[in-house]
Amino acid sequence: MTIQTRQRRIQSCSRLAAVALAALGAVALPAAAAAATPSPSSSTDPISQAGTSFRTAIQVSPGQQIQVDATTSDYLYWSFNAKAGQITDISFTIALPPSDQRSGPATWTVEVFDGLRRRQACTSGAQTPVAAVTDTEVSLGCTLRRVRSWAEPWSGDPLPGTYYVRLSAVDVPENDLGLPTKVDASIATHDGGSSADDGELKAPLVPPAGPGKVLSGASPTPDEESSAFGWLPGLSSRWIWTTVGGILAAVAGVFGFSLTWRRRRYR
Amino acid sequence: MIFAVIMKRWLTAILIGPAILFTVAPAPAFAEETETADPPKVELVLDVSGSMGANDIGGRSRISAAKQAFNEVVDALPDETQLGIRVLGATYPGKNKAIACKDTQQIVPVGQVDRTAAKAVIATLRPTGYTPIGLALRSAAQDLGTGGSTRRIVLISDGEDTCAPPDPCDVARELAAQGMHLVVDTLGLAPDEKVRRQLLCIAAATGGSYASAETPEELTGRVKQLVDRTKEANVVPPAAVAGGAQCAQAPLLSPGVYTDREKFSEHRWYRVPIGDKQELRASVSMSLDRPLNPDYGVLLRATAADGRELVRGTDAGSGRTDVLSTGLRWSASAADIKVSPSASASDTTDATDVCLVISNSFSSSTQASSDPGIPFELTVDVVAASPTPDAPGLGKGWLLLLTLTVTGLLAGVLSGWLTRWWIATWGTNR
Repeated sequence: MTIQTRQRRIQSCSRLAAVALAALGAVALPAAAAAATPSPSSSTDPISQAGTSFRTAIQVSPGQQIQVDATTSDYLYWSFNAKAGQITDISFTIALPPSDQRSGPATWTVEVFDGLRRRQACTSGAQTPVAAVTDTEVSLGCTLRRVRSWAEPWSGDPLPGTYYVRLSAVDVPENDLGLPTKVDASIATHDGGSSADDGELKAPLVPPAGPGKVLSGASPTPDEESSAFGWLPGLSSRWIWTTVGGILAAVAGVFGFSLTWRRRRYR
Repeated sequence: MIFAVIMKRWLTAILIGPAILFTVAPAPAFAEETETADPPKVELVLDVSGSMGANDIGGRSRISAAKQAFNEVVDALPDETQLGIRVLGATYPGKNKAIACKDTQQIVPVGQVDRTAAKAVIATLRPTGYTPIGLALRSAAQDLGTGGSTRRIVLISDGEDTCAPPDPCDVARELAAQGMHLVVDTLGLAPDEKVRRQLLCIAAATGGSYASAETPEELTGRVKQLVDRTKEANVVPPAAVAGGAQCAQAPLLSPGVYTDREKFSEHRWYRVPIGDKQELRASVSMSLDRPLNPDYGVLLRATAADGRELVRGTDAGSGRTDVLSTGLRWSASAADIKVSPSASASDTTDATDVCLVISNSFSSSTQASSDPGIPFELTVDVVAASPTPDAPGLGKGWLLLLTLTVTGLLAGVLSGWLTRWWIATWGTNR
């Protein structure tokens, strides 16, 4: 089974799940409404490990605390998943080694990459603060752009999928490398408000994990899949807005019509 | 607000609810990769040279701190981790350099650790001889053998290599270049400037980390963390591939992770077959495994078979970093496939070959440091293309509701007046 078919299957499954959820919502409205609120489960334990490369990055779920013993020479990697419409806030507090062991100021940096390892911009936050010798700790922060639901392949806009965070000291005296530090971090996501995005990324930006294979001859053929309802716009809140608009228009129409008649019957 | 949620659910259900009757496929959980890595392997390499007798690790001797750390690591070792221990400079106390520089032994073979036996051997260690780090690294790499897992060496040393050449840093780079997926983490015990530089160089050459330890607690904590990391970071190593000098001779890649090397100002080419309605995703990460001049960059370009550029990804930087990465996406249009059909694929498929070329703008003040090439990781993925969205056909927002309501109201009023006028004129139904 090729990766495409697997992804397609996953997609169709997720679509099916959405359908099932909708049907469930119709049957048991209050229950579904209660279940719709996200429950902050399994994110209570702080993470005490960090990866040392993109592939070994430790997966963090939003809201989970990170507390890691590290050194000034480490490159620490974590990854998290973001969905369309979300805005992610990343904040770090680094407890620096004792001042008497350090010989000069150090510049720390937090860098964020998307699933294609493309650098992502921070819209606010202290991304590269300088810690003076006398400082005992340094804080870093980065707020990402709102994740788009779709973007041109040629653009670097943030898309749903995996994101990587790398923490490192980008400029530090050589004598100060290897000294112990403590890193406290949190990665939190919040909804970026109503999104006016159209389009859908068929497969999230999640990199393949396994080793590849060099092909010798024929390339795999994509198997096509067509749908009878392909011309309909996808399931989105636009359906609700438009339907509600239609109902309101009809009600307003009836009301407007009634205004033009004297209400003799009720007097 | 709750009303809106309920409304949303109702309407969703009404709109697509019937569809569920026609779909019967089960919904399995996310099918994960079936490939699993072999059990993680780690070897601790301990310097037992004469200088380890110095009493400057929290008031204790360096060797006793190291012994304590090793004992605690052995006690806390996860069952699936295969651990070995090698020592250097442990047996020959003489001054004959030729013999002293061959003094390295594996005291615990790599495998499931017999805790009692391992601790008994650790207890016998006495600070003795020279510091043949380069040889010890080579031997440790052999101890770990080959296999489908990342192998990690934790080198604990307090002194410079007294047996160079070979320079241990060159040895580390050479081992990494053999495609062994070997990571060397280094730990300096109360290091001076030269030791620090050497251990930093060894760590950087293999993508490992460096730490210094001034107290027994720091040492124990760090060794434990590194051994744990072996388990956490155990991923299937990427496939080795050798990129071509031109697109036509480039290897044809399927989705997955690859590793390759390129020298300064070298270009490496690869080809990926992309079908209609498919999207190419590629990313490259270059490891800065040697001292380089401070400004550098990496460029990943996708071109058509005729050399026309399709899209590029680039990143540049200056200062201290471990890898430099960039990536790109590109999806084929039917026209692209018509212009240059895949030469590699059979003629029945709608596919085109996209060429990927990776180049770097690294430089070094030392000429010799271009060989072996700079290692990089290439990730290739081919997924379903995400077409440009059409105009949605449906509306959204409060302004839409207001417009529709006002329009409806006006239409109602107008039709009311029209009806009145019609009835007044024709006089029926009164």
